Amino acid sequence: MAIIDLANPTRFMSLTDRLLPWLWGATVLVLGTGLYLGLFVAPADNLQGETYRIIFIHVPAAWLAMFGYGMMAAAALGTLIWRHPLADVAAKATAPVGAAFTLMALITGSLWGKPMWGTWWEWDARMTSVLILFLMYLGLIALWNAIEDPIKGGRVAAVLILVGSVNLPIIKFSVDWWNTLHQPASVFRMSGSTIDPSMLYPLLISAVGATLLFLGLSLMAMRNEILRRRIRALRLVAAASPVGAAA
Amino acid sequence: MIESLGPHSGFILAAYAASVIIVFAVLGWILADGVLLRRQMRDLEARGIRRRSARKAATANAKVSS
Repeated sequence: MAIIDLANPTRFMSLTDRLLPWLWGATVLVLGTGLYLGLFVAPADNLQGETYRIIFIHVPAAWLAMFGYGMMAAAALGTLIWRHPLADVAAKATAPVGAAFTLMALITGSLWGKPMWGTWWEWDARMTSVLILFLMYLGLIALWNAIEDPIKGGRVAAVLILVGSVNLPIIKFSVDWWNTLHQPASVFRMSGSTIDPSMLYPLLISAVGATLLFLGLSLMAMRNEILRRRIRALRLVAAASPVGAAA
Repeated sequence: MIESLGPHSGFILAAYAASVIIVFAVLGWILADGVLLRRQMRDLEARGIRRRSARKAATANAKVSS
């Protein structure tokens, strides 16, 4: 079976129907293990004490906020270059999930910032660029809902997604390019992670679990979107033809 | 448990509670959306409005059974 065959909506529905129960099982197992290790096994930080434990949800949420937009940018290329309808379905379905994880990163970051920095919010480069990412997610969701024709709406949204993807390197490198309250990268660095393995492994396991959660939610939302388009097509054909004839 | 999280336990618990609420809100919305869409699809099929592939399958089944 060629990879392009998996992008067939009917085959996608059949495949995800079988895959999703396993994906949810893996999510509960991996995310549960990561959070258990992070909250109950990993030692307290010598500077931040127990408060650093917000890292096990904040950092995966922040990574997935960017991962989600990266997935949407890849899907936007699929829409504009190959005109594949499933690419647009993927982008549209990922947007609310990405927005939710971005909101999670903003709220947990604020709840971590108040006790550590003494402020809920600072208009510095990292926080502001993530807030812009959240607003872009909301803007794209509004755009998809504003254009009735999903094909036309998908192409307009794809262009906007690609324009907005310039924000991803800004978020990533904002802590290096500007002076910010936010600490610089400490996990993925050329010189290796600065986090002790006793904290790093629970963080990485939590991140894998949160990624599985993100994929599970996105796949469910994609199935809904395929169904929504089938219903729309059936209604259009039914409205234009005698009862019983459809797409 | 709460005491062992130190003086900022409220911030830690609030962060995890907010995350759980957001995840379950999205999951609930997706599930409710799916239920609504499947009901709409069933209503259309009950009115005889089906996709071509579903009509072909129904015709093939009818031929096999006759």
